[in-house]
Amino acid sequence: MANVTANTARRGGLRVDIRVLGPIVALIALVIVGALMNANFLSYGNVTNVLARSAFIGIIAVGMTFVITAGGLDLSVGSMAAFIAGVMILVMNALIPTFGISWAVILLGMATSLIVGMAAGLFNGLLITKARIEAFIVTLGSMGIFRSLVTWLADGGTISLDFEMRELYRPVYYDGILGVAWPIIVFAVVAILGEIAMRHTSFGRHCAAIGSNEQVARFSAVHVDRVRAATYVLLGILVGLATIMYVPRLGSASSSTGVLWELEAIAAVIIGGTVLKGGFGRVWGTVVGVLILSLIGNILNLTDLVSPYLNGAIQGVIIILAVVLQRQKKADR
Amino acid sequence: MEMSAALAEDRRTDAAPGEATPVLALENVSRAFGPVQVLFDLDFDLRAGEVHALIGENGAGKSTTMKILAGYLAASEGRILLDGRPVTFASGEAAEDSGVVMIHQEFNLAPQLTVEQNIFLGRELKRGWRLDHKRMRATTLELLAALETHIDPRATVADISVPEKQMVEIAKALSRDARVLIMDEPTASLTSREAEILFRQVERLRAKGTAILFTSHKLDEVKRIADQVTVLRDGKRVLTAPAEELTENAMAEAMVGRELSDLFPPKTPADDGDTVLRVSDLTVGDDVRGVSFDLRRGEILGFAGLVGSGRTEVMEGLIGARQASGRIEVNGAPVQIRSVEDARAAGIAYLTEDRKERGLLLNQSMRQNLTLLALPKFTNVLIDGRAEEAALDRSIEEFDIRAPTRNMLVGNLSGGNQQKLLLAKIMLADPQIVIIDEPTRGIDIGTKQQIYHFIHRLADAGKSVIVISSEMTEVIGIADRVVVMRQGRVAGELSGADVNEDKIVRLAMGLDRGDRDNG
Repeated sequence: MANVTANTARRGGLRVDIRVLGPIVALIALVIVGALMNANFLSYGNVTNVLARSAFIGIIAVGMTFVITAGGLDLSVGSMAAFIAGVMILVMNALIPTFGISWAVILLGMATSLIVGMAAGLFNGLLITKARIEAFIVTLGSMGIFRSLVTWLADGGTISLDFEMRELYRPVYYDGILGVAWPIIVFAVVAILGEIAMRHTSFGRHCAAIGSNEQVARFSAVHVDRVRAATYVLLGILVGLATIMYVPRLGSASSSTGVLWELEAIAAVIIGGTVLKGGFGRVWGTVVGVLILSLIGNILNLTDLVSPYLNGAIQGVIIILAVVLQRQKKADR
Repeated sequence: MEMSAALAEDRRTDAAPGEATPVLALENVSRAFGPVQVLFDLDFDLRAGEVHALIGENGAGKSTTMKILAGYLAASEGRILLDGRPVTFASGEAAEDSGVVMIHQEFNLAPQLTVEQNIFLGRELKRGWRLDHKRMRATTLELLAALETHIDPRATVADISVPEKQMVEIAKALSRDARVLIMDEPTASLTSREAEILFRQVERLRAKGTAILFTSHKLDEVKRIADQVTVLRDGKRVLTAPAEELTENAMAEAMVGRELSDLFPPKTPADDGDTVLRVSDLTVGDDVRGVSFDLRRGEILGFAGLVGSGRTEVMEGLIGARQASGRIEVNGAPVQIRSVEDARAAGIAYLTEDRKERGLLLNQSMRQNLTLLALPKFTNVLIDGRAEEAALDRSIEEFDIRAPTRNMLVGNLSGGNQQKLLLAKIMLADPQIVIIDEPTRGIDIGTKQQIYHFIHRLADAGKSVIVISSEMTEVIGIADRVVVMRQGRVAGELSGADVNEDKIVRLAMGLDRGDRDNG
């Protein structure tokens, strides 16, 4: 039945793929609804605000896309961000006596953030690939470990960056080039590189192969463990990058930093059309997913139609809806 | 009867062989998937106490016909008659409730459950509200004993071999006490000995008055077991006739629609090329002990033996997919192979017997599958999509892969086309040594011929080929030299006129002691 005729060749073209269009249509609808409800919605200030706030989750979610595509999961990213922020601030404060209030301290702080992120990702990745423990369990464990470590470092309170240092560091979040804030620029660059890596490099191809069938990947000369561990390391580095953007915003870290970020990141990935079980990932979809989630929050804040306290509920409905739509596509096939 | 008596009381009314009304029949049934029509106006009868074989090439519509009969697909047009009355099965379960049971080619077993749990899945025996473990265990043991297998009822299905899964699937169907049993290529993964056991069960069921639909690509089996034969070609019925009136050749020609000669290409005499691969004392886990053999340039070396004799394990150990120890020399130089990548670097490619679990990514497109093994060749930081498309074009052309669209998911291709794609994937890595495990399992005769000729061309082009096969005619037809394995060891090696069924069987069964230092 597979090789009957050529007249099915059109089928792919004619049929509208709801998995491709769904998230985009939802995003456009949200923009229209927002614009109609509040005149300020499309203002420069509001757009910058929404995008800059999306950047943290967005950068993390790009990394999460690779982890999920390769059939994994990482629940620890929120705690990891808090832990990295804590270590980074402590290191920077400790360096001030030596280097003074200078960019050298900031650069060393950034390096610390990336290195700690990489190490944390490697920790997860090695436990999953070498000790062969399920990703869910490993990252559930490390989620508790990182969260508890930051609470301990802060002694139950808040770790604050030196006040003068904060003034110097602030522009990394609030300034930018040509009116585009730095977090937005970094997010855009990460997303574009991520999309290219997913679609046009062997790393992306191998992630999809492992997520879709690990055995087949192994028999096709793919280094399954190495690639899988690499997805967690990449995610860890991106968490470090997000933290670099986040610290100048508040200048502090506490046990409540980054709470539930992991769920927002995972939700964005799924809304974007990446398959939770692995085998298929789409970075641009993740970007759309992140924007959808933050626009909902923003619209609820700007309008008084629905209480902003219901933000979580509406996000939840959207996540479930996204998965239902994915299912339907599968059933059609 | 005695073994399933515990399961259900006899639901049959009176089912004398040759009864007038068919138990289950299709009347003018058509089926289309979107714009593609795959069945045209088909009539088909299953009668009590009769084995009706349905044969045809891959894509002829056999699977669709069976799925319609068993309630997994609805007919687009036409009627299904159960005992002469029109019925519509809402699902496979609904059909099972009416006594129509199908044994799937793609196993419908839950991998994480045990053999016993699978056999009773959805039909668990209960005592009150509790499961009756004792009775289920006893019945499972009876069923497995009748199939002469030694599978442990407590084994997890994921841990048992492919033929064992097939046996479990058969046991499960037998436990349903079916009036109509539909078997989709039940022998594809069985050795001839196991197939023979299955046929005895089929005969037993036939004598009890069960109506049986049987499909196979092995025409000698059809001849052996069937009472009636229906041949499908391109979704249409070509002929229905009593099996005794048809020769195997007539069946093959009706399937293919043309005269079929030279299934195997003529053997070209081996011209004692250099030794390309020398394996000494290879041990793989507990499955393979001290296996040694040589492979020469331009040679086709057959590996025969019973399923479970360690043939696949030897090759998986050789290519680094399993832990193995021993000495491997390629072109006279020793090599260390610890992973499939090492094997690729050494110029060795392995085409797995399990194309769905180890060979192809079923939910990805042809392009992604084709280039996965040879991806470094297409990558220079970024993957060269255009080069990949060109490679796909060449492979479709060279291997005659037939797919309605290029972007089709590989899981939707027919078995024959999947196998051709897998061959194309392996060959893209440009190996010097090609190991093919069960090259034609579950593949129609036309595609088989293409694959044999392809293997032959490979050898002619100076590649060295190892072919593992459970089909005796295949090994004999294609190999220059045959290594026979038994219980994880090399039982003997045959070449020239010694490559015949009698010698191979005697070695495989341990009746003969081969001269081992022949190579």
